Amino acid sequence: MQSKREGAVIFSGIEKYAGIKQALEMGRKEVLSEVRDSGLRGRGGAGFPAGVKWNLVAAAQSEKKFVVCNADEGEPGTFKDRIILTEYPGLMFEGMIIAAFVSGAEKGFLYLRGEYKSFLPLLNRVLGQMRKDGVLGKNILGKKGFNFDIEIRLGSGAYVCGEETGLIESLEGNRGEPRNRPPFPVNTGYNGFPTVLNNVETFINIPHIVKKGAEWFKSFGTEKSAGTKLLSVSGDCKNPGVYEVEYGITIKELLKIAGATEVKAVSAGASGECISVSQFNRKICFEDFSTGGSLIVFGKNRTMIDVAENFLKFFKDESCGQCTPCREGIPVLLEGLILIKKGECPKDYLDDLFSLSETMQLASKCGLGQSSPNPFVSIINNFKSEYKLSKIAKKEKVFNG
Amino acid sequence: MDNSKEFGRDTSRAPISQRKQEFTEVEKGSIGGTITVTIDDMEVNVPMGTTILEAAKKVNVKIPTLCQHDDLCLAGVCRVCVVEVDKERTLQASCSYPIFNPIKVKTYSPQVRRARRNIIQLLLKNHYGDCYSCARNNNCELQALAKEYGVTSYKFGHIDKPRYEKDESSYAVVRDMNKCVLCRRCVRTCIDLQEVGVLEALDRGSKTKIGTYLDMPLNDVICINCGQCINRCPTGALKAKDPAEEVWKAIEDPNKHVIIQTAPSPRAAMGEEFGLKPGTSVTKKLNTAIKRVGFDKVFDTNFTADLTIMEEGTELLMRLKSVLVDKDESVKLPLFTSCSPGWVKFIEHFYPDRLNHLSTAKSPQQMFGAIVKTWYAKKNNVDPKKIVSVSLMPCSAKKFECERPEMNASGFKDVDYALTTRELAGMIKECGIDLPNLPESNFDDPLGIGSGAGLVFAATGGVMEAAIRTVYEIVTGKEVPFDGLRVTPVRGMDGIRKADLPINSALSQWKFLEGVVLKVMVGHGTANAKKIMDMLCEGKLNDYHFIEIMACPGGCLGGGGQPIPTTPKIREARAMAVYAEDEGLPYRKSHENPIVKQIYKEFLTEGPCGHLSHKLLHTAYLKRGKWIGKPRNKKYPKG
Repeated sequence: MQSKREGAVIFSGIEKYAGIKQALEMGRKEVLSEVRDSGLRGRGGAGFPAGVKWNLVAAAQSEKKFVVCNADEGEPGTFKDRIILTEYPGLMFEGMIIAAFVSGAEKGFLYLRGEYKSFLPLLNRVLGQMRKDGVLGKNILGKKGFNFDIEIRLGSGAYVCGEETGLIESLEGNRGEPRNRPPFPVNTGYNGFPTVLNNVETFINIPHIVKKGAEWFKSFGTEKSAGTKLLSVSGDCKNPGVYEVEYGITIKELLKIAGATEVKAVSAGASGECISVSQFNRKICFEDFSTGGSLIVFGKNRTMIDVAENFLKFFKDESCGQCTPCREGIPVLLEGLILIKKGECPKDYLDDLFSLSETMQLASKCGLGQSSPNPFVSIINNFKSEYKLSKIAKKEKVFNG
Repeated sequence: MDNSKEFGRDTSRAPISQRKQEFTEVEKGSIGGTITVTIDDMEVNVPMGTTILEAAKKVNVKIPTLCQHDDLCLAGVCRVCVVEVDKERTLQASCSYPIFNPIKVKTYSPQVRRARRNIIQLLLKNHYGDCYSCARNNNCELQALAKEYGVTSYKFGHIDKPRYEKDESSYAVVRDMNKCVLCRRCVRTCIDLQEVGVLEALDRGSKTKIGTYLDMPLNDVICINCGQCINRCPTGALKAKDPAEEVWKAIEDPNKHVIIQTAPSPRAAMGEEFGLKPGTSVTKKLNTAIKRVGFDKVFDTNFTADLTIMEEGTELLMRLKSVLVDKDESVKLPLFTSCSPGWVKFIEHFYPDRLNHLSTAKSPQQMFGAIVKTWYAKKNNVDPKKIVSVSLMPCSAKKFECERPEMNASGFKDVDYALTTRELAGMIKECGIDLPNLPESNFDDPLGIGSGAGLVFAATGGVMEAAIRTVYEIVTGKEVPFDGLRVTPVRGMDGIRKADLPINSALSQWKFLEGVVLKVMVGHGTANAKKIMDMLCEGKLNDYHFIEIMACPGGCLGGGGQPIPTTPKIREARAMAVYAEDEGLPYRKSHENPIVKQIYKEFLTEGPCGHLSHKLLHTAYLKRGKWIGKPRNKKYPKG
């Protein structure tokens, strides 16, 4: 089957249900080792090896297991999952079905971000067709005892529900707040049961890997980052859109594809990490410049301090409010940024803010809190010419006595 | 086994991953069930799954905490307890990190100390209010942390005006969210420990705050006033409504006759406010202190506890007769105790259709109030109008109980002010009275004699024990068949306790009880009350006769007005003090209390549950339901 889009792996052609059929032929063990050998890493941002995750769930002893697909795409500047959800939903569901086959789960959830509510009719139609085709439901494709179905649950627009344990809390009907880890979802996930939880983009890779083999998959990308990455390119460029690129591509090459000239900065890392021209030779991959999937281009007329302010304002609203470093730290960074913008921030206070950023990165409860200072730290470090520090020492409210 | 942990696990509705952690056999079994870890270069062997925090305690390393509490499920939200764990990329919250590998932990590396200092600075940033005007000054965990971590300035600034309005709508609990540090102990207390669920985090990000349903005032929601949240709040964000100023005014007014009744559990805990170790009973020293403060009379609530036993015990026997002999289906068993105002409000909200199981007897506090303004006033020739009736209670819900409009059968408000242990301690301290070193003195006559049975009301199971001591003897003419009158099956700290008491050789008047096995049950904490009520609704308690419920974990001695902090160990120590005091009292059974005998002879001449008793000592309840919003009955106080 021809693909509408061009791409080496995700957008490469594959017959409908070829992955599932192949998986059933191979058997659980072989699928598991194929996924493991492929070196596929989670595409949500953290990059945890999918094979290891699946193996842990498959090995867990439990009366129930679950497969959950994280479609709560909310990272600033990402819109790549919506392409999969609207153009390739069947293939993504296939990935979930294969995960269920391998792990022994009988129930799956697609956790769809609230803002993508309009995709519901389409996605349900696809699921309905898959049930008709016998790839969902009881005894899938005639395989006795292989029962699996998928339910779509809607989020309500909280960014933090993209964090896997926050997502599970939300799925269970609680406030979307990340849990303590350990225990991890692989043994204590949805309702306390072992749960395979992967990103939309991770799942869509699966049918390709199963059908075409780990070796084929590994022929793309770099040594530690096999395969390709979907990038949502936006900002000051001629050709914004979603691109499938091989891991290892440099920022420079990417900007060429995007048709971006006179670029001052690019935000591409986790939670809005921004780099300047001097770093444009860096490669998109887990070992160098790891990204969740957004690439925002900032042209020469952009003020980077404003960019940082925009990111921090977003995080200030979207922190779940649970842990101190993230909840209280982001407003402090934001206030500090305003001082910097006004040229009123002294050097020693900036040091305090960097110390605070370190604390937030190290001591926040979840990955989102840990990466929330990234735009601040990267912009202040990489764009020193954009601000001036104050020479006057900061006045602190000192206690008497 | 630590009871509290069981308690928490039983009742927790927290997400599974955040409950007290349980582990699979495989996890426990590996390496013989224990593991050796290195904490600050010291090796310590601990059971698999122990948290770093617990392991550190074993080698005398104190890791600071804020959101962690021994009674509550894990949270790991304040991040004050972070430590460095080798092989982990980030710092880990030691309170919620279970040990399964031979890790190396550093609890005060430069990175850790920097993080802690920064986090404490962040907590202080939005903590509005001055320490010296705070109810928790010198007993505040945030203040202690600030001192321990050398806070000399507000590094990241400090809020200079309040963000929230104080919620003083409730008769019992005052909420000042400007002081809140969002540790969520109150949320976990209300949802998990008590299963009331009034408090939750609202909004998110920097706007997060703790609030009620739709952020309504506390008196408009289904708060039961138990005050357990107050006892677990690390700061002064939650406190009881303090009537000390009004009490001072009454004391200063020469035309007022100010009496105070002291409940048994504050007497077992008051010492803690003066630096004595938990479990030191100060009953008689407290009498001296109270007189020095300026109260005209100090009386013993144990007296009306005994009276409660006479009334409630009689009610039980009457109900038994109606059910067993008359087969009257309108009369309900099991009978539930009604001494705990938190529990009463809980059942009014959550099980309004089961109020007919609740004893109509007022609580000892209210009975006392009614007796003081009638019998006592008459006997001592005091105008009841001039009497200011104060009570020393372990409880915040008692404040609400005072305000219930039906509590004025004598024509006057039964009890005017309920002071908590903490509040009276404040009054005593203000007078410079050195409580631990005072001479002892007795209660005043005539309401100063209470039995040991009345005294043990302080602990969970106490009302049951007192009732059994009396009812058994009334029915059989013999003492309860327990060594030293210690009804041990109903003692202890298990959440729900059951006992069977076979009745043999009943006296002729009670022949219908011959051979009956009296089945009783005791529950404490409203989470356990909920379990018991659910059993009742499922028809599983049809063979039970009498059930004691106290709203607070541990019973009254763990009440919302007691000294802070509270832990399972502290509550156990208080219970021990109460039981020890009981052993030494001249009267151990309610029906032997000479004042009780006298009052039924002189005043309540129709006997327990007689006409006058019903008027003064019994009450009725309100089907509140879980209606939130505009009260349906405007006359009735909402909170």
